[in-house]
Amino acid sequence: MSFKHEIVETNAGVLLVLTMMAISVGGLVEIAPLFFIKDTTEKVDGVRPYTPLESRGRDLYVREGCYLCHSQMIRPFRDEQLRYGHYSLAAESKYDHPFQWGSKRTGPDLARVGGKYSNEWHVQHLLSPRSVVPESVMPNYPWLLETKLDISDVGDRMRALRVVGVPYSANQEEYDRNVKQFGEKVAKTLVIADAQKNLVAQAQEGNYDGDRSSVSEMDALVAYLQVLGTMVDFSKIKPEELVKFR
Amino acid sequence: MADNSKNPATNPATTQVQTTGHVWDDDLQEFNNPLPVWWTYTFYVTMVFALVYWVVYPSWPIGKGFLTGVNTITYKNAEGQDESWHWNTRAKLLKEMQDATLAQKPYFDKLTALPYDKIAKDPELSSFVVSAGKTLFSDNCAPCHQSGGQGKIGFFPNLTDDDWIYGGSYDKINETISNGRHGYMPPFGEALEADQIDDLANYVATLSGLKADAAKAAKGKELFHGQTGACYYCHNNDGKGRKDIGSANLTDKVWLWADVPGAADDAGKVAAIRKTISTGVNKGVMPAWNGRLSEKQIKLLTEYVHELGGGK
Repeated sequence: MSFKHEIVETNAGVLLVLTMMAISVGGLVEIAPLFFIKDTTEKVDGVRPYTPLESRGRDLYVREGCYLCHSQMIRPFRDEQLRYGHYSLAAESKYDHPFQWGSKRTGPDLARVGGKYSNEWHVQHLLSPRSVVPESVMPNYPWLLETKLDISDVGDRMRALRVVGVPYSANQEEYDRNVKQFGEKVAKTLVIADAQKNLVAQAQEGNYDGDRSSVSEMDALVAYLQVLGTMVDFSKIKPEELVKFR
Repeated sequence: MADNSKNPATNPATTQVQTTGHVWDDDLQEFNNPLPVWWTYTFYVTMVFALVYWVVYPSWPIGKGFLTGVNTITYKNAEGQDESWHWNTRAKLLKEMQDATLAQKPYFDKLTALPYDKIAKDPELSSFVVSAGKTLFSDNCAPCHQSGGQGKIGFFPNLTDDDWIYGGSYDKINETISNGRHGYMPPFGEALEADQIDDLANYVATLSGLKADAAKAAKGKELFHGQTGACYYCHNNDGKGRKDIGSANLTDKVWLWADVPGAADDAGKVAAIRKTISTGVNKGVMPAWNGRLSEKQIKLLTEYVHELGGGK
């Protein structure tokens, strides 16, 4: 019996099964091999998990929906490199769960905003964007400065991230491994048991919101923004080496 | 007579078409037409295109690697030698950046070689500085210093006036852009009594010719130059400040931290000064740009900022 397309068109069940098979081939062929290709994630130094304060800032970034207007993915095009800096590497978001690459740019890309502006600028800009960028359409976020940061569950949040593969340390063995990989200074900030202590210490030292008396949500969000894209030192990497990861 | 050709159900040309056998309301039928020929051939063309793409560009993942395609891109490596790699967006970008750098090289070579004061006198070079500088300035500097360099009172200094906190010479501007700055004045709110701060504010107001209470200003003068207030440590005896540490010139009628121009009356102007003395300044932070911008770009920006109007 020869195959007739009519059979597929007149049997909804058969059509459904065949459609799903055709679609999943695309996914299997395009996505599945990426898990086995070793070169997907570049081998670069410096990328570390967020400190407790930065991690809470990231939570606020997600809570306020910043990703709806801001991407964190500089594509390898000349215009983007000239405006935003070096293109984003896969390695730079390996500890992001979920990543904040985004696909919508009402505002500028933020992948390398860290260190570009002062803390005071960020505070003023988040309180009232149009006071520093007159043509901005970004909403005001005045509550960030008024609201004390909830740090009660920061340890639990780190434990949850640890489950999905972020190397926050819950015991001595994991701490030792972190010392080896990131150095002692960074490893200390990744200890889950010291999360609250470390968070307050970083907020005190960094004084992100200009007020050392308490830790506000502004402290956390600015600390997060100021670390974005700053972990990898591109002056130590030859550009042609990154070409070979594609 | 009725024209049957307009009615598909009775038109002899269309009744030859294969139908699914479904008929509604006597003459409403479901046709089973083959796809138009142009559509089918377009579909075949996309298949051929996919095969060509497959051969030329990186495509299918295979095992632990992927098909890289036969297309290559040649760029210069860090040692300046030609190097080729299979076509990908990173290689393409590297090549494009190198081509653009090459196109701008004559200008940047001249810019690097010439001393600052000669650059402005070269019409071709200075128009390059203005167009390239405007882009760099808009991307990097304008969020704080605003698009025309006019700054923002209470936050970011004006770059178009004659007042330079750290100096307005080419070298000083270059130093400021490269290494950044951190302005600081201690808060005197707890060290001094409220009426002492009021006296000082009145004296500072008189330094730039504002109307103030003469009696209070006289007392403020003593505090300013004495050991209690010791303002002269940083602002100097003449109140003109010291550019090496970035202390403000209080006599030039240009205000950054105290919103004097925004005050409605003389009392308001003194109050604005009082507030700054009381709370101090700890937000004059400018980021360092030497990691983010190249030396050539910083030189270009220095020239651009200097030519905004206020350079010395």
